[in-house]
Amino acid sequence: MAEEYRLILKNADQPGYTVDIDCYQKHGGYQTLKKVMAMAAIEKDGKVISPQEQIREEVKVSGLRGRGGAGFSCGLKWSFVDRRSGKPIYLVCNADESEPGTFKDRQIIHKDPHQLIEGMIISAYANDVHLAYIYIRGEFPQGAQMLVRAIEEARQKNFLGKGICGTSYDLEIYVHRGAGAYICGEETGLLESLEGKRPYPRIKPPYFPAVLGLYMSPTIVNNVETLCHVKHVMEMGAGEYAKLGTPNNTGTRIVCISGHVRKPGYYEIQVGHATIGQLIHDFAGGLLPGRKLKAIIPGGSSAKVFKAGEKFKIKQKDKDGHEVEKEMDILDIPYDFDTLMAAGSMSGSGAIIVMDDTTDIVEALGNLSDFYAHESCGQCTPCREGSLWMSKALTRLNNGGGRKQDADYLLKIADNIPGGRTICAFGEACSWPVQSFVRKFKDEFEAKGAAAEIKSGQTATMNQ
Amino acid sequence: MAHTEKDHIKVSAQLESEIDGLISHYPQKRSASLMILHRLQEEFGYLSQPAIEWTAMKLELQPINIYELVTFYPMFREHPVGKTVVRVCRTLSCALGGSHQLHSHLCRKLGLNPADKGPQNTPDGKFTIEFAECLASCGTPPVVMCNDDFYDNVSTDQADKLIKKYNQP
Ligand SMILES: Cc1cc2nc3c(=O)[nH]c(=O)nc-3n(C[C@H](O)[C@H](O)[C@H](O)COP(=O)(O)O)c2cc1C
Ligand code: SF4
Ligand code: FES
Repeated sequence: MAEEYRLILKNADQPGYTVDIDCYQKHGGYQTLKKVMAMAAIEKDGKVISPQEQIREEVKVSGLRGRGGAGFSCGLKWSFVDRRSGKPIYLVCNADESEPGTFKDRQIIHKDPHQLIEGMIISAYANDVHLAYIYIRGEFPQGAQMLVRAIEEARQKNFLGKGICGTSYDLEIYVHRGAGAYICGEETGLLESLEGKRPYPRIKPPYFPAVLGLYMSPTIVNNVETLCHVKHVMEMGAGEYAKLGTPNNTGTRIVCISGHVRKPGYYEIQVGHATIGQLIHDFAGGLLPGRKLKAIIPGGSSAKVFKAGEKFKIKQKDKDGHEVEKEMDILDIPYDFDTLMAAGSMSGSGAIIVMDDTTDIVEALGNLSDFYAHESCGQCTPCREGSLWMSKALTRLNNGGGRKQDADYLLKIADNIPGGRTICAFGEACSWPVQSFVRKFKDEFEAKGAAAEIKSGQTATMNQ
Repeated sequence: MAHTEKDHIKVSAQLESEIDGLISHYPQKRSASLMILHRLQEEFGYLSQPAIEWTAMKLELQPINIYELVTFYPMFREHPVGKTVVRVCRTLSCALGGSHQLHSHLCRKLGLNPADKGPQNTPDGKFTIEFAECLASCGTPPVVMCNDDFYDNVSTDQADKLIKKYNQP
């Protein structure tokens, strides 16, 4: 049986654990920061390597991948930062947590805010950042207050402000609240929002945050969970950290499970050490009595859906390092970054949504499409119009006014939004659910449309 | 346009100094706009034209620069709302967990239209009810916010209790 492995959430749910700095320090908090701040330059092969470079190297070697959605290497992202521009470098923590199905950053912020602050200070120090922001979604008012308080406490202990831990390093962190728009989770939309503008995502190239980010200065945007992991990488050392998880999918990850399961919740596992089936059955208690599995969204609402019983041919390395192709049921897929991608979907924000056989799949997609139609920022025509058309077609279908061809109509729209036609990945995010739901459950979409056609045909005859 | 009492907002010295504090968090003033709008909405209940103009003036911007934020971000309101704004999560995990039935129940209880997803105010000015998108607590549906207070696993019984709790003059 697969087991939880709590690294990030080690203390969060322990009885008596509180959010104040004394409790955090009693549990070893800020020790890693002190250790990092005491690091000295070393000489290697005749070159002097600064503590900052050493930390960045550790993060790279740890294999840490972003927990916000794309699973991009954190060390690599940091290495893209333009360190020669002469402009200040900013660090922004993405605490927008707005991908439907995801509720992991909420746990960290509300139950162990100092862990995030410590991770941020270490990350900021490593990247010569002196001003950092936490962009927190507007619907977390208490979370925002708790972070403000945590920052104040850290400042009183000289972990923030001027001359941190007796060194000459200065850092300020401020909390910035969003106001209910999903697109603020997209990193360049977030930066526009932080500049006090409408959160219209920026086109890349040229606006890669690492080069032209906040105030057109080099900027690092990392997810809450990612920044917490940085602390653990530095606490354990990259080598030890990389032993957690599986190769190229290191560390732990908080997986959120919601929908039709007996024990929905968040479960922290070593990446790849539990299969989707184990997560649903061993952790989330399995399906409700008498129900059968119908579909699984494996990585937040934007991830392509899996149909119960679907099989995939996945290339894996065997013990001798040879590549072998293995047929796998979706329930046997290890929950990691690479295998889910090989199966045509993604682990995205780490959120599994389970639907059983009582689910009307057309209505479920209608629900998601309404979300995307509401949240498109409206800059790009394919996304603005397409997301609305899809939601309108699905509303019609769900209200008994559809046609059999609506299934193909939906696919035609969805296939014409992504693939470089839009400024940001929201274009992909809104079409992937439609593409996958309709292709995998086409009979249900067509049946609903056909039923509506028959009904309206009957009414037409009656009226003649 | 004739100016009336309503064309002005009274920003107390204390509130203004708080807002000056917020502005000091950013190298560019404009960045403070969202934080200021939150603060003003908290104080006055909604963002009136004068509140928008005051913010623009404070940040040395044109009113349109602020107005376009108020019209974009779902949490900002241009019109007065009920004393308690009840937001029910509409999105998939909560929908699978009964949030739409809960929304209907609340609407019926308050004499509002269950089919209307947008904001609706009770005539007595006590409640506004609306759907919100995923509130990031999908494992404990249905999820509801009453103003800044958060409630999860909300049954119809609990919803009735919430209405009682917030039903204050
Ligand atoms: C439409 C859209 C919404 C996103 N929402 C979030 C979010 O709520 N939180 C988050 O951390 N990342 C979100 N992302 C991903 C961010 O753009 C960015 O990749 C991430 O914050 C980088 O952090 P990481 O490398 O630590 O994962 C979103 C991306 C897109 C395209
Ligand atoms: S893809 Fe959609 S959300 Fe992204 S910038 Fe274009 S219109 Fe906005
Ligand atoms: S779907 Fe309701 S909180 Fe996420």
